[in-house]
Amino acid sequence: MTDTSLHRSLPDRLDNPLRSALLSWESLLVLVAVVIFIVNSFASPYFLNAWSLSDLTFNFTEKALIALAMALLIIAGEIDLSVAAIIALASTLMGLALQYGADTPVLVAIGVGTGIACGAVNGFLVTGLKLPSIVVTIGTMSLFRGISFIILGDQSFKGYPKSFSWFGQGYVWGVISFELVLFVLCAVIYFVLLHRTNFGRRVFAIGNNAVAAQFSGVRVDRIKFVLFCLTGLMSGIAAVLLTARLGSTRPSIAEGWELEAITMVVLGGVSIVGGAGSILGVVLAAIIMGLVTFGLGLLNVPGIVMSIFIGGLLIVVIALPILFRMWRQRA
Amino acid sequence: MNRLMKHREVWLALAIVLVVVLVTLRFSRFAQPTNLLTIFNDTSILMMLALGQMAVILTRSIDLSMASNLALTGMIVAMLNAAFPGVPIPALMALSVLIGAGLGAFNGVLVWKLDIPPIVVTLGTLTIFRGMVFVISGGAWVNAAQMSPDFIAFQRAVFLGLPVLSWFAIVVAALFYVLMTRTPLGRAFYAIGVNPTASVYTGINVGRTKFMAFVISGAVAGLCGYLWISRYVIASTEVAGGYELTIIAACVIGGVSIAGGIGSVGGVLLGAIFLGVINNALPVINISPFWQMAISGTAILLAVVLNARGERSKGRIILKTAETA
Repeated sequence: MTDTSLHRSLPDRLDNPLRSALLSWESLLVLVAVVIFIVNSFASPYFLNAWSLSDLTFNFTEKALIALAMALLIIAGEIDLSVAAIIALASTLMGLALQYGADTPVLVAIGVGTGIACGAVNGFLVTGLKLPSIVVTIGTMSLFRGISFIILGDQSFKGYPKSFSWFGQGYVWGVISFELVLFVLCAVIYFVLLHRTNFGRRVFAIGNNAVAAQFSGVRVDRIKFVLFCLTGLMSGIAAVLLTARLGSTRPSIAEGWELEAITMVVLGGVSIVGGAGSILGVVLAAIIMGLVTFGLGLLNVPGIVMSIFIGGLLIVVIALPILFRMWRQRA
Repeated sequence: MNRLMKHREVWLALAIVLVVVLVTLRFSRFAQPTNLLTIFNDTSILMMLALGQMAVILTRSIDLSMASNLALTGMIVAMLNAAFPGVPIPALMALSVLIGAGLGAFNGVLVWKLDIPPIVVTLGTLTIFRGMVFVISGGAWVNAAQMSPDFIAFQRAVFLGLPVLSWFAIVVAALFYVLMTRTPLGRAFYAIGVNPTASVYTGINVGRTKFMAFVISGAVAGLCGYLWISRYVIASTEVAGGYELTIIAACVIGGVSIAGGIGSVGGVLLGAIFLGVINNALPVINISPFWQMAISGTAILLAVVLNARGERSKGRIILKTAETA
């Protein structure tokens, strides 16, 4: 999985900042987002409407919360495929607590706590036992969701209290939902964490060369462990939001979300081999995916067909710059 | 190294025997040859898929699209069969291998020519292929009544005491054994996985070899598409949903290193059989099938821990990158 055939060359002079900003991955994403937005508003008369646009955000906020933490993890050269399974387990344990009469604060604490605990398990297996994260998290993915299946079987938990449902269905101000506010807040926090702190610099350092980072005094294992816990935490938060929004828990909840979250991260310009990426890109990618799925939804395109667009978008957006570079080298 | 590998397979075989013995203690008929052959037949498709996946993983790549490829190819041949019942089964089967190989080649070209990481490519094609199943079928199912009798009966025919499906697994396993141990291509898979840079200097075309691995995994997935559909007698969009991870699990349990370069045909077969035995044993000893997922998760984690011990001694990397032309 660790492909070492990436070329990174040092430029002999600085690029014109305006030119490099215009040619950046993020501006490509903005362009794509604007095009999809315009196409959407022409394609459906129901699109340009405050409530429609507000509904749109529910399409991506929960997955995007996970993608924020996943971005850091992937930049550090690791991956977590168990995030959707963590949602299932956290949601199941919340439902179980509900059966014993737990109220809203306890439910939220259990959801978030389960997330952190699951992340810590992944982190321990990867950093403590020195195992490859892709296999570890395929294993814990089966394990976590498997525990949900053991607890729930083909049953479901229902009857979450009103005050709990607010986390997934409530609005803070007008059409601005709590989920959206939380997402914006987390995006800002992760932006600062990755791009403005020592910690973020170290994450990049680990992703570019973990051995060199270790020799430079970066506690590689500890930072990776924290990143797994953060990813678990965000999955726990997503579990609270999703469970509150759906109002029920089944063991198959959030199936396939791990791949959608990773798609967001990669689409956002994060290098899958680690070492490069930005939070802005991930946020834009999340918005693009929300726009695509919501726009196609307004046109009555079934969800499974949308996935073709998402998959195609992923490959095309990654392939285009490569093709462009090859074409320029040839010319 | 070779002795260690044999060691690991022996341990896995012992674990399988232990499970069989334990279950037999509770339920004496479990270890009867007919039941064991049923388990083998049930596991045939997983064995073939896992062998295809092994070829890809050996080259430090991964194919997440195998289950979607299987579903798409299966749907195409099922619809063809429903529309033209006269087309002979061997022709349909050859077609399914070709379609599967074509889909695999699509993955392979993106990895080879554009140098996109395999996990990204196959994450994309995983959703694309699955979506295509819906598009070509319009979300409808092809059920037993629409399939020709031959289509369903072919793999169930008994030949020399074994169903044809089991023979497929045996023949595919034999082909893989020859490929991996007796051909330059098989050696190249291992060489790339162990050290891609050194492989370039020994004259191996890394990109094309990865491409070949994807074509092989695709062809296997295509063949299994027909076999899966005719076995479960239903073609729908959801066929084998999420199965890509079970395939990888069989590889990992069978001792294939996700970092590439390590793995054997025998180990992968045992890994698949281990999962098959567990799945068949649970209902017999009255454990709810809902335990299955957690148990295979635990098995994967245990296998990874055990595998990691054998992989510790890695050589020093002197040359970091090379032109992968």
